[in-house]
Amino acid sequence: MTKFERGQELFEVTVDVTRDTLVRYAGASGDFNPIHYNDSFATSVGLPGVIAHGMATMGLAAGQLVAWLGDPGAVVGYKTRFARPVEVPALEATQLTIRGRVGAPRDESGVMRVDIDVLHEGQKVLLRTQASVRVAK
Amino acid sequence: MNTQTNRPIEVNQDLVGRTYMPTETYAVTALKIAEFAAATGSDHPAHTSEQAARALGYSGVVAPPTFAVIPAQRAEFHYVNAPESGIDFSRVVHAEESFEYSRPIVAGDILSTTLTVEKIAVRAQIATVSTRADIEDVNGEHVCTVRSTLAVRGEGK
Repeated sequence: MTKFERGQELFEVTVDVTRDTLVRYAGASGDFNPIHYNDSFATSVGLPGVIAHGMATMGLAAGQLVAWLGDPGAVVGYKTRFARPVEVPALEATQLTIRGRVGAPRDESGVMRVDIDVLHEGQKVLLRTQASVRVAK
Repeated sequence: MNTQTNRPIEVNQDLVGRTYMPTETYAVTALKIAEFAAATGSDHPAHTSEQAARALGYSGVVAPPTFAVIPAQRAEFHYVNAPESGIDFSRVVHAEESFEYSRPIVAGDILSTTLTVEKIAVRAQIATVSTRADIEDVNGEHVCTVRSTLAVRGEGK
């Protein structure tokens, strides 16, 4: 049995996001909004440029949570607010830093809350990102 | 894009409380799970190996935690793209998302999604539209509830 305490750091990973990431996410998810791949379209609707799907960012954070947790089916709840767009340049990669910590220790039902920060260029792009995960007794 | 629907004030608030019954079933395949996992940087073997999934007690490969967004967004698009919604999708940004699972989604699941418009708030130049997608399996058992809030920006915003 592992003892988890509130605030305890669980993981910190930096991942690359490229246009390739967005195209793959569009195909996998079925979300083909052109603001996620077409520069001219994105600027025509007032965005600074092509931005990542919020759900791509949320999904990348979940991927790191699952890598730490070891069981994708143990995530019983997951929520976030999208605070800032992640602009993704045409050629280079941009980086997301994903950090997880204990938000609330395991309760009687065996569920622990993990709070996740996702940072892009030093600023939080997701807010109040919380996952409810089943952990071993 | 239809210029008639560019202003968020055009978002139809009369649809709050409206429920859209399932218009299709969504069959979950191992290939789609593998594709979605790869696209979200998740290389856990339970997404791609039936043996690894069975070792964790699942009947088939296991979907990533945000996979339910696929059937949920299919149902959302059905509402958002309906002329009666008054929503211009090109001016939509995502504001909030949540998932509550009764059990994980696995390959072989056949899912049905019922969408309910929970709340619409119109302020100055932004309208926020909150929906709830209730996803069930073929036995009518609850699998996941997905709540989503979209922000529809007005012109010049």
